[in-house]
Amino acid sequence: MLALCASQLTAILDMNLLAFSSRNYIKHDNAGQFFSSGHTNNWAVLVCTSRFWFNYRHVANTLSVYRSVKRLGIPDSHIVLMLADDMACNHRNPKPATVFSHKNMELNVYGDDVEVDYRGYEVTVENFLRVLTGRLPPSTPRSKRLLSDDRSNILIYLTGHGGNGFLKFQDSEEISNVELADAFEQMWQKRRYNELLFIIDTCQGASMYERFYSPNLMALASSQVGEDSLSHQPDLAIGVHLMDRYTFYLLEFLEDIHPASKTNMNDLFKVCPKSQCVSTPGHRTDLFLRDPGSVLITDFFGSVRKVEITMETINLTDPINSFR
Amino acid sequence: MATTEVERRRGQLAALAIAAVVIIVGVPLWWRTTETYRAWLPVSQINELAKLQLQLSADVEVVFARGTLTPEQQKKVPLTQTQDEEHRVDEDTALRYRYETRYRTATIMEEDALNQPTAAEADLSLHTLSESPCGSLVVYVIPESSSLLRQDVDVYIGQRRTALLRIGSPMRVGRTLEQLLAHMEPRMKQVLQVMSFSNTDITAALSDRVRVSPGNKGSIADSMRAFKSSPGYEITFSLLNPDPKSHRLHWDIEGAVQTYIQPLLTKLAPVANFSIDSQTLYYAVLGVNPRFDSSRSAYTLNADSLAHVINPVEARLGSNAASSNPVLNFLLYVPDAHHSPLYINDRKKQEVPSNAFHSPRWGGIMVYNVNAFYGLDAVFPVDININMAKVMGVFLAQLRLLLGVQSSTPPPGFQVAACGSAGLADWELDRLMWSRSVENVATATTTITSLAQLLDQIGNIVINDNIAQQVSSAVTSLQLAVAELEAGNLGFALQYSKEAILASERAFFDPSLLHLLYFPDDQKFAIYIPLFLPMCVPILLSLLKIVSEARQKRREKQAKKD
Repeated sequence: MLALCASQLTAILDMNLLAFSSRNYIKHDNAGQFFSSGHTNNWAVLVCTSRFWFNYRHVANTLSVYRSVKRLGIPDSHIVLMLADDMACNHRNPKPATVFSHKNMELNVYGDDVEVDYRGYEVTVENFLRVLTGRLPPSTPRSKRLLSDDRSNILIYLTGHGGNGFLKFQDSEEISNVELADAFEQMWQKRRYNELLFIIDTCQGASMYERFYSPNLMALASSQVGEDSLSHQPDLAIGVHLMDRYTFYLLEFLEDIHPASKTNMNDLFKVCPKSQCVSTPGHRTDLFLRDPGSVLITDFFGSVRKVEITMETINLTDPINSFR
Repeated sequence: MATTEVERRRGQLAALAIAAVVIIVGVPLWWRTTETYRAWLPVSQINELAKLQLQLSADVEVVFARGTLTPEQQKKVPLTQTQDEEHRVDEDTALRYRYETRYRTATIMEEDALNQPTAAEADLSLHTLSESPCGSLVVYVIPESSSLLRQDVDVYIGQRRTALLRIGSPMRVGRTLEQLLAHMEPRMKQVLQVMSFSNTDITAALSDRVRVSPGNKGSIADSMRAFKSSPGYEITFSLLNPDPKSHRLHWDIEGAVQTYIQPLLTKLAPVANFSIDSQTLYYAVLGVNPRFDSSRSAYTLNADSLAHVINPVEARLGSNAASSNPVLNFLLYVPDAHHSPLYINDRKKQEVPSNAFHSPRWGGIMVYNVNAFYGLDAVFPVDININMAKVMGVFLAQLRLLLGVQSSTPPPGFQVAACGSAGLADWELDRLMWSRSVENVATATTTITSLAQLLDQIGNIVINDNIAQQVSSAVTSLQLAVAELEAGNLGFALQYSKEAILASERAFFDPSLLHLLYFPDDQKFAIYIPLFLPMCVPILLSLLKIVSEARQKRREKQAKKD
């Protein structure tokens, strides 16, 4: 009872008496634990580059990663979702407003609250590079911008049809690995990221990260140069392949992660070995400063906020005469 | 015979004419029409800026009160000294700190002011006598016998730009003025580091240019907590009411903002623009279940679970879609009737007096318990008026932290005054202005130099006139900002540095600078060969034929001569 009264009385620490005493000026509770990764916010740029109904699986890939990232805490305001075609409301979809990841139809990755930022024909190489480098026209709304700073960890996921050194957009244009590497370098020059994780699920995906040269980039691909990434399984009711193998097993892996889990990147590298994927997934960590074993999955896929207790307050009971 | 000769001659002339047209007219025309327009950029000036030599100057006035100087020391005063301190941060960046110190004795009115009973009142009356310009300091040296300061305190830092420094009696300190100054030196250095700029703060502000690995975890936390320099910020106050059936909350947010927050923001006007809005969210819950602590008969939230509170709430907070400025969110959460009262525990399971926490570069959340305002027999919903002074006290402190106003612990023996009605002391504003100017200059130079490098490397980006103009104005503003910093005009330096940043960002992020023109060399050949090869082959062959015929003729002539 007494403790309760005392706590209410001392509810406000007086800024008057900031003499160095046993009371700490700024108390960092275990600052080391909280600030080891060096980032304060998370962003995700998820891109599906293929159109047409038979590329259903690419939209399902992107939406599964979107779903995992949202579930682990990244808000929609920090996700830039680019889908080149609308599968959920496609005329050929026998189950409208749904996009399934598995033929048992247990998981509708479209969900109730999907927010697509770039849709249909807006998904072009130019717009993708503009989002990454920040060179958007002034009239672009906030939701279509990547407003990251030097303390942001960014996850970039690309999927579609690709080849040795390029990725096809909308069946009419390509982005080359050199352009991508240059875009990342421009992001680094302007300090638009702290650390960046690049995941690509296409044929010959490893060729896309060969040319990276900026620091703090980690890359994963679903197949090596010369190999094709294969799709997982067709659904006879919907009539198309539902997902690609790599992203299917990635989704399975991510479903086991929750916001407080301590799984690290080395486990992510083991997702979808050759026996399951038929292609050999690859990864690249030489540009990354930290050891992958110390990088948590939630550093990129989730949004665990750093938190500090507010120890000081200002005494405002007498605003006009608060200086004495 | 003659006709074939004429024909052949005509053919030769035709081939030569075509070759002449192609070479003299065609090649330059093709070159001109396929080159990209690149306006002129001041590259040499940009390269000069890449090597940044910053000099920060501060004016310090040291006033000796009666009883601190012996008569012979007093004869040597007034005196002016200049101190320089050099630091080399890396091979491209060097810093120099210059302190111009003027020593003088106190006037009669100042002596009267120093005779006040407490340090705070002395500070106030000294302020009424004279106002120090931005970026300068005045240190009043008071004798040991003075009762203004407590026993264990040697230095008192006031709300404006004055400090009181107590030294020992002249007998102990030394005979000559030099000995006295040498005795005062360490304390003066500490005062200057607290009140104007310190090397750690300035080096941290240069983080865009220099990736410095900070010494300890505390300074990592400091550098990550405050928002980076931006021309504007948006502040959003949100009231979260998860239980409208029990609590009908009233908060006078407009009045509170006007009374408590606006003075601070007005004082910070040279640093940035602020826009404020507020909202009330109903049925917004924290994403974490609090635990019931029977010893205090209250619900508690651990420090560990606080990190997961923010994300579910953030999804429901709106944002002003019109600007790209960073947003500071301040949330006031009133727990529902079944989970009241709710307290936050720190890592040591101790209760937190402010009942609030903040997240670096995001904002702050405060939990406001209202269960004390009504008894068990209240009729729901209960009308509750929130005590805005208490709430704003917490939010103002968090705002100061997030804007980077707060700094490191003052050294032992220092007493720092409360921050005044605006929530910000003048010297704190000066500190912020120093570090913001340096940060802006560092960011702008990095932007401009990397833009110049980028445009140099990629040959086929079009550089429009407006980009060249922005770059030139950025370079000019940067040069002016560096010059003003050197001269010690803090206000102008900050203004020029802000202009430099705006111009450089506008130039770097101009939408026209996107190049999609990556052509590997084999693709370039693949485009030009089908165009030019069919045209060039006949011309070349006929030229060769002309040359070989001319040679043959010359040989025949030689043979005829012989």
